Amino acid sequence: MSSDLHYKTATELTELLADKKLSSVELMKSVIDRTKAVDGRVKAFNSYDEKDALAQAKASDDRRARGLSAGPLDGIPVGLKDVIAVEGQPLTASSKMLANFVSPYDSTVTKKLKQAGAICWGRLNLDEFAMGSSTENSAFHTTRNPYDLERVPGGSSGGSAAAVSAGEAPLALGSDTGGSIRQPAALCNVVGMKPTYGLVSRYGLIAFASSLDQIGPFARSVDDAALLLGAIAGHDPLDSTSFKTEVPDYCLELAKRKGPWRLGIAKEYFGEGLDPEVGAAVQAAVEFYRKQGCEIKEVSLPHTEYALDVYYIIATAECSSNLARYDGIRYGHRSKEATDAIDIYFKSRAEGFGPEVKRRIILGTYVLSSGYYDAYYLRAQKVRTLIRQDFLDAYQSVDAILTPTSPTPAFKVGEKAANPLAMYLSDIYTIGVNLAGLPGISVPCGFSKSGLPIGLQVIGQPFKETELFAIARSYEQAHEWGSRLPAL
Amino acid sequence: MNYEAVIGLEVHVQVKTRSKMFTRVEAGYGRAPNTLTDPVVLALPGVLPVMNKVALDAIIKAGLMLGCEIAPVCKWDRKNYFYPDSPKNYQISQYDQPICRGGFVEIELPGSARNVMGEHKRIPLTRIHLEEDVGKLNHETVDSLIDYNRAGTPLMEIVSEPAMHSAEEAFAYLTSLRQTMIYGGISDCDMEKGQLRCDANISIRPAGETKLGTKVELKNLNSISFVRDGIAHEIKRQVAVIQAGGTIVQETRDYDGQTGTSQSLRTKEMAHDYRYFPDPDLMPVKVDEAWKARIKSECPELPFDKQRRFIEQYQVPYTITSVLVPDQELSAFFEEAAKLSGKPQQVGNWIVNDLLRELGNARIGLAEAKVKPAHIAELVKLVDSGTLLSNAAKDVFVEVFQTGDSPAAVVDRKGLKAETNAGELEQWCRDAIAANPKSLADFKAGKDSAINGFKGFIMKAAKGKANPKLVDETLRRLLAGL
Repeated sequence: MSSDLHYKTATELTELLADKKLSSVELMKSVIDRTKAVDGRVKAFNSYDEKDALAQAKASDDRRARGLSAGPLDGIPVGLKDVIAVEGQPLTASSKMLANFVSPYDSTVTKKLKQAGAICWGRLNLDEFAMGSSTENSAFHTTRNPYDLERVPGGSSGGSAAAVSAGEAPLALGSDTGGSIRQPAALCNVVGMKPTYGLVSRYGLIAFASSLDQIGPFARSVDDAALLLGAIAGHDPLDSTSFKTEVPDYCLELAKRKGPWRLGIAKEYFGEGLDPEVGAAVQAAVEFYRKQGCEIKEVSLPHTEYALDVYYIIATAECSSNLARYDGIRYGHRSKEATDAIDIYFKSRAEGFGPEVKRRIILGTYVLSSGYYDAYYLRAQKVRTLIRQDFLDAYQSVDAILTPTSPTPAFKVGEKAANPLAMYLSDIYTIGVNLAGLPGISVPCGFSKSGLPIGLQVIGQPFKETELFAIARSYEQAHEWGSRLPAL
Repeated sequence: MNYEAVIGLEVHVQVKTRSKMFTRVEAGYGRAPNTLTDPVVLALPGVLPVMNKVALDAIIKAGLMLGCEIAPVCKWDRKNYFYPDSPKNYQISQYDQPICRGGFVEIELPGSARNVMGEHKRIPLTRIHLEEDVGKLNHETVDSLIDYNRAGTPLMEIVSEPAMHSAEEAFAYLTSLRQTMIYGGISDCDMEKGQLRCDANISIRPAGETKLGTKVELKNLNSISFVRDGIAHEIKRQVAVIQAGGTIVQETRDYDGQTGTSQSLRTKEMAHDYRYFPDPDLMPVKVDEAWKARIKSECPELPFDKQRRFIEQYQVPYTITSVLVPDQELSAFFEEAAKLSGKPQQVGNWIVNDLLRELGNARIGLAEAKVKPAHIAELVKLVDSGTLLSNAAKDVFVEVFQTGDSPAAVVDRKGLKAETNAGELEQWCRDAIAANPKSLADFKAGKDSAINGFKGFIMKAAKGKANPKLVDETLRRLLAGL
C-alpha cells in the first residue's frame, strides 16, 4: 500500500478493509511506522502498546476472514486521550499522580469501541487532568502543533488532535469540559465534536468537572466524526447522567439533511480579542452558508460575558471534589517522605499535582467553603441556567449558531504559560456550549497568512447531532481545508 | 441546684440490601478484607455512582413507619473531607434536602414493676437521610490497614430533636428505634456488626431553664447499654464541672464502655467545613405518590401498636406481650395459635414458658422449630376439655417440639389420655372417702380444703390419669350425700 495510507479517512479505510484491499494489520503497521517517524517531534502520545495494537488488528482480520466483521469501525485504530480507561493499559491523565497507574477496567466507550472492533490505539497526551488549553500543563511533555512545531496543538485534548492531524491515528477520542476537543481540533485542522451532555457515557472517563465533561470524536472528516460518535453514544446504566435516547445512524441520516438551515450569528462571539484573520475566515464561512440559501440571523446570547466566570467557579468546585480521591492511599503517587496519613495527603498531593491543577483545586475549595457557597457556586449555577436559556431562546428562530472555535490560531509554546487568564480566554467561545450542555463541532475553515489552521464552530440543539453534522458537512464538502496537510 | 439533661441522638443504621449504595458489589459482613470491593468502591479514576433503588425504598419505609414527611425529590450531595477510610475523600450524602423530615419514635419508660406497663412518650425526629458507609481502619503497631468491605454500604442517619432528658429515655429510644427497623426489615441493627451506631449530643441546664446549654458530642457508644451508661456518665461529669465552678467546652468525647470513662477527641475549633454541594454525578430522583403508596402498603404494624392490640384484642397480660412483641415471628405464631384455639391467654403462656424454653435448650430459632401454631392450639384444646392433664401436657409439648407430631398423636402413643370413665372414677372416690375418715370429719366440720386429702388418694389409684375437674365434682356429689 502507498505511504499516504495514514492520511486516509476512516470511511476510506473502512472501504479498503471491506474490499480486502487492505488488512487491519497492514493498516496498523503503517500507523505505527508513521507514529515512529513523527511522534518524536509531535509528541502526541504518552505511550503506545505496539504488540497489543497489532494483536487487536490481527483479531479484526480474523473476524473479517470468518465473515464476522463487527461493522465499519472494525480494524480501524482509534487513539484515546489518556483519561479514558482501557483495561490493562496506563491511565495517567498526564499527571505525575497517576504516572504508574494501570487501569484494571474498561470505560464504557472503550467497551463500545471493542464491540465495534476498533483498535484501541495508544494513550494520548493532554493537559494534566484535562486542565488547560495547550498541553503545556502535561506533567510529561508538551505536544506540538503539526503545522508549526514551535506552537501548541491546543488543549486539553492536544494529543488527540495532533495525532489525527499528524497521521498517527485516523480517529481519536478526546474529552471536552470547556472546549478541550473543539479548540485543539481548530488549532490542528481536524474535525472535533463535543456531543450533547448525557449522550456519551462518562463511566471510565477521569472526571475533571462532572457536569461539563463529555467524551467526543476527533476525525479527518465530519462523516468520520459521525461514524465514531455513533459507536460510542447511547444510554449507559453505569452513568446516572447519561440520557435515555435512541442513537440514530448518524452517517446515514446526516446525508439526507440538505438544508437550507436558519443559522444564527451572535455578536457576543465576534468582539474584542478575536484575531482578525480568524474573524475573516469565519465571516467567509457565514457568507458561504448564505449563498447556499441559508437564512443568516443575528441572535443574542446576552449572558455570554459571564460564561468564563461561571465556568471557572463550577468547573473548579467540581474538580476540587473529584480530584480528592488522588490521595496516595490506595493507588497513585505516594510521597516517600510521608510519615502518617495526613502527611501522605499533603506531600503526595504536593508532589503529584502540577501548578494548574493545584490552582484549580484551591479555587474550587474556596468557592465551596462555608460562607462563600451562596455567593459563588449557587450564584454561578443560576447564571448557568440563564446562559442555557439564552441558547434555547435563540433556537426558537435558528437551527444552529456559527462562531469561531478559538479566538486565535495556535500560539507559541510558552507564550501564555505564565498568564493563566490569557490561557483561559482561549476557551471563551467554547465554554458556553458546555455550560448549556449543547453539542458543538469544530471544522477546518481556513488558514492564517502564516499557515496556521482556523476552525469554525457550529453549535447545535440538544440531541440534534444529526443536524449539526449535516450543517458542518455541507461546509466541509465545498472546501478543501482538511486536505491541506502539515509538512512533517 | 437541680439540673436537667437535654439529649439528642444521631443514630446510623445500615440498610439491609444485597448490593452497596452506589454500585453492584455485594454489601456484606465478616468477609476477608477488601473482597467486597470494585472500581467504584475503591474510587478508581473514572468511576461513577449509580443509586441503589432498594436502599431508597428502605429509607422511605423507615420514614413512613416513623411518621416522617417524605420529600418529593431525593437529592444527593457531596460531603467533602479527607480520611483514609473514605475512598473518594467525599461521602455521598444528603445535606439540605433529607429524604425524611419530622416524625417521631414512640418510647416506653420502665414501669413501676416488671409486669406494669411504663409511661409512653413520643420523641420527635429532626430528619432521616441516606448516605454511604465508610471503610474500617485497623491500627497495627506501626501501620494502619484499611478494609473497604464496609465502604459504600447504604447507611441511614436518624437525627432526633434534643428532646430526651435522661439516659433511660435514650435507652428506650434506641430500643424502640431498633425494634422498628427490625420490624420493617430495614436493618438487622446488630450493634456488634456495626449495623446500628449511636452518637449522643448532651447538655445540661438548671431545671426550669429553657435555653440550651453547651453540648458535648459523645461518640463510640457501641452497645445499647453503653449508650445508657455513657450518657449517665456524661451528665454526671457535666454537673460536676458546673458545680466545681467550671464551664462546659463544646467538644467531641470518646466513651470507653469497658472502663466507663470518656476523653476529649476534638474541640469545636477543629470542626470541619464539609463544603457540601449537589453531587453532579447523580440526578435527583422523583418520589411520587404512587411510589410512597406502594411502600406504605409494605409497612408492618408498629411494635407498640401491636402490643396495644394484643392486650385489647386477646386480653393477654402486659408481661406476655412484652415477651411476644419484640419478636415479629413469635407474635405471628401467637396470633395464629390464638385464633385457632380461641384461648389466647393459654396460648400465650405456652409460648412464653414452654416454647421459648425448648427453643433455648435446642438453640434454634422459631423458623427451624417443628412445632407449629396448630399444635399449640390443639394442645390447649386437649387440656381445656380435660382430655389431657396439665402436668402431662408439659411432657406432651416437649415430645411435640422434638418430633413435630400432633399433640393428639403423642397423647395416644404415650397413653396419656385422662381417665374419664364415670363408674371407675366413682368407685375410686368411694374408696378414698372410706379410707380417710379424718378428712371426712374435717370436711364435714366445714374445712373445705380437706377435700384434697381424698384427691391425693384418688390420683394415686388412677396413676395420675384422673381428670381433676371430674374428681372434684364427683367427690362433692358423694360427700354431700353422706
